[in-house]
Amino acid sequence: MTSLLVIIVVVLLAVALWQLTKIFDLTQVGSSSDDSQVASDNDNNIQGYIMFGFLAFIYIFTIYGLLKWGNLALHTPASEHGLLVDNLMNITWVLIFIVQVITQGLLYWFSFKNRGHKDRKALFFADSNKLEAIWSIIPSVVLACLILYGLYAWNNIMFVDKDEDVVEIELYAQQFKWTARYAGKDNVLGKANVRLIEGVNTLGVDMSDPNAQDDIVVTELHIPKGKKVHFKMRSQDVLHSAYMPHFRAQMNCVPGMVTEFAFIPTYTTAEYRELPFMVEKVAHINKLRAEKSAELVAKGGTALDPYTFDYLLLCNKICGASHYNMQMKVVVDTPEEYKKWLSEKTTLAQDIEAAKAAEKPAEGAAPTTDTTAKVQDTVKAVIDTVKAVVAKVAMK
Amino acid sequence: MSAEAHGHDHGHDHEHEHHHKDTFITKYIFSIDHKMIAKQYLITGIIMGIIGIVMSLLFRMQLAWPEESFKIFNVLLGDKFAPDGVMANDIYLALVTIHGTIMVFFVLTAGLSGTFSNLLIPLQIGARDMASGFMNMISYWLFFLSAVVMLCSLFVEAGPASAGWTIYPPLSALPQAIPGSGTGMTLWLVSMAIFIASSLMGSLNYIVTVINLRTKGMSMTRLPLTIWTFFVTAIIGVISFPVLLSAALLLIFDRSFGTSFFLSDIYIAGEVLHYQGGSPVLFEHLFWFLGHPEVYIVILPAMGLVSEIMATNSRKPIFGYRAMIMSVLAIAFLSTIVWGHHMFISGMNPFLGSVFTFTTLLIAIPSAVKAFNWITTLWKGNLQFNPAMLFSIGMVSTFITGGLTGIILGDSTLDINVHDTYFVIAHFHLVMGISALYGMFAGIYHWFPKMYGRMLNKNLGYIHFWVTAVCAYGVFFPMHFIGLAGLPRRYYTNTNFPLFDDLQNVNVLITTFALVGGAFQLVFLYNFFSSIFYGKKAVQNPWKSTTLEWTTPVEHIHGNWPGEIPHVYRWPYDYSNPNHDVDFVPQNVPMKEGEEVLHH
Repeated sequence: MTSLLVIIVVVLLAVALWQLTKIFDLTQVGSSSDDSQVASDNDNNIQGYIMFGFLAFIYIFTIYGLLKWGNLALHTPASEHGLLVDNLMNITWVLIFIVQVITQGLLYWFSFKNRGHKDRKALFFADSNKLEAIWSIIPSVVLACLILYGLYAWNNIMFVDKDEDVVEIELYAQQFKWTARYAGKDNVLGKANVRLIEGVNTLGVDMSDPNAQDDIVVTELHIPKGKKVHFKMRSQDVLHSAYMPHFRAQMNCVPGMVTEFAFIPTYTTAEYRELPFMVEKVAHINKLRAEKSAELVAKGGTALDPYTFDYLLLCNKICGASHYNMQMKVVVDTPEEYKKWLSEKTTLAQDIEAAKAAEKPAEGAAPTTDTTAKVQDTVKAVIDTVKAVVAKVAMK
Repeated sequence: MSAEAHGHDHGHDHEHEHHHKDTFITKYIFSIDHKMIAKQYLITGIIMGIIGIVMSLLFRMQLAWPEESFKIFNVLLGDKFAPDGVMANDIYLALVTIHGTIMVFFVLTAGLSGTFSNLLIPLQIGARDMASGFMNMISYWLFFLSAVVMLCSLFVEAGPASAGWTIYPPLSALPQAIPGSGTGMTLWLVSMAIFIASSLMGSLNYIVTVINLRTKGMSMTRLPLTIWTFFVTAIIGVISFPVLLSAALLLIFDRSFGTSFFLSDIYIAGEVLHYQGGSPVLFEHLFWFLGHPEVYIVILPAMGLVSEIMATNSRKPIFGYRAMIMSVLAIAFLSTIVWGHHMFISGMNPFLGSVFTFTTLLIAIPSAVKAFNWITTLWKGNLQFNPAMLFSIGMVSTFITGGLTGIILGDSTLDINVHDTYFVIAHFHLVMGISALYGMFAGIYHWFPKMYGRMLNKNLGYIHFWVTAVCAYGVFFPMHFIGLAGLPRRYYTNTNFPLFDDLQNVNVLITTFALVGGAFQLVFLYNFFSSIFYGKKAVQNPWKSTTLEWTTPVEHIHGNWPGEIPHVYRWPYDYSNPNHDVDFVPQNVPMKEGEEVLHH
């Protein structure tokens, strides 16, 4: 509503301005010289001052932006290499800021200072090798430093040492959901291909591969703090991009090939939630959500849930109509919690068995596994999947 | 076809070739006169620009007030895509896609280059017309046809192409993946193929004309910078556009004939497709081999126009004429070997990322030279703030602001986290979108008298510039922050992420600026169309400029000059030359006895 008001005010202003120019034109009717539409000394003067005003606008807007929106930017990186990235980012920002302030300052200051006047004579200044050398060499040197630092960081981040002790996890993308596959005890992911997709085996894992026998498939990503996590990414349909902003990590998922990215998480989810900036951010978001909830409730809708922070994996490559809602929760555990969580998961091989059993109700009525609630949930989920598949087949 | 274009050597026998009478059709529609073709390009570009900008306002409204109902959505998008006035998520992507396509290709490539290359190349080098007037006409009409096909694609049943303007397969190849990849995508590809043919004909014509038809005395180092940039732009176009054409053709093969250039191992909608062995990354390489030079195809002509206008209105030579030429050449060369910086995280070998980081950051050097040379041109000048000059200064400002963040995006390490976020949107809209648009506006305000023989209203021009300048920063400056917050681009709404709830106020502000800025373009449109008919009559050389186009009569004639083509005796930037009393000496004024050349 306020925006509508703003628009109306601006439109009215525009009309007023337009009327003013009309009046201005009328006052010139008598003189109607042919250069009436060429800037006069008076125009130069006014526009020169506005130039100066615009410089002030740029500076003030920048400062306002930094103060008001500066804290929106991603804060403390949650991965080891993130520190390196942020450090380079900060150095680059300082440089950019200095150059921006100086060049914009010169541009608009000269515009103001040298605004035209009929008695003024411009200086014939066609070239200067010295000046041009200065502004070729300085950027070259500065850029050389940035390039070197950047390449050093890039090589550190992108090349995963094959002998390193890493946790191997497959990230699997499809319209519009993420799935993760853990390598299990052998820490080797079994082979996979979309041609092997069948029933519960939605990732097309090759179950004849011995390495695949202990693979675990989940829809919530857990990773251990302090260990290098090596992601291998696949996509089954279109391009997706696995973007984990808090870890400064991103890599495209490409159908037909496996891409990779590795990093070491440095804060567990619980620790990251407790960081002062995050406490403040979440409080702010919850305040906004409370306001919105009140509005919704007043209109007869339901209130929004309060927000607690979680790391996220987002899709960041346009992948279809619901691209804007393709996400997975990421949890960083302590190594102990992580081990425990993983040990409670069933392997894909077991899931497939369970699904088979569920298909034959005579035998599979009472599963003989440890009767924990978790297992029952899994079975239920599996049955749902089977139902969905059956429904799809029936539709054909 | 009569030989409209002549070399300088036989320009004088021109008159007796003008015995035929122009009918309405040969004069206004199938014209082979470069000045008329320029105007045709301009008007078509403006119309496409209006469509592209309106689309951006629509999706900005969706972003600021997600899933709210607006009557205008329903009116413009129809019941299918905006039932009850709420924009659907697939049409959102279509709007984004077509906005990008229209602005990049139809407005800033054809609208900008097509208009000013056609208008200025013959006039500024002293030629009767383009090397081939007929091919020039074909070039325009192919462009027109491609625009028509693109607009037709908006009305197909399943909606227009929706895979983003970069049309990455498999999304663009599979109608199962997104409805827009059906007929809409086919029409998109057909339109682009025609567009590329048009662009190639235009570019070849520009190159040949600049090389062959310069008047006597017009050596390469006496060419105005406009001509240099048009010339180099045409060369980059000829080198890179065919690669996009090949990518488009291969994509058509994949889509229609079952080949697997870009597709492999796909399981979609419950079935495995037969594709095997192709790679979407290959498409990305081919696309960006055009796509990156394309941004220079867009910005170089704007740079040329701005250089020319700045010199004229500063009453000073452009500073470092030769350095400006060298930097244009350097930018053009580098532009063809940096495409991989769009693909740092595409899955290509990280070693390639290192190489492309290196070449990309090198571009900052010639760009810095240009920026500093423009600033120095203003120093101790006698600045005449005509609207064209304001837009030129604005262009330098946005080019610097947008260009600086390129240092972040061009650095593979930093790109990891800002890739495909709103930070990228902010960067490229400032550095090539707004900058090129400012260059185009500057050109229109400056050469309007040459095109229509009348002046644009300067006060409306001032209003247009200042509101646009404030709104452009108002839209794109805050976008850097929401990008740094990690907000991905091409999201229909971010309400599914409470993490981004605190960005919503910023989005509202951005949209408000966009709506105001968009509304004020009406001031320009009014000024433009009313001045064609009712503007003040122009004098021959209203800006007191040195270049040859201002030696032609105000009323257009075929062949540009009534008598002989003027000869050229000096470079184009003799403003405030201490050897002369007047503050500008046109290129066709002979050197005085014993006059020294004061520049190199």
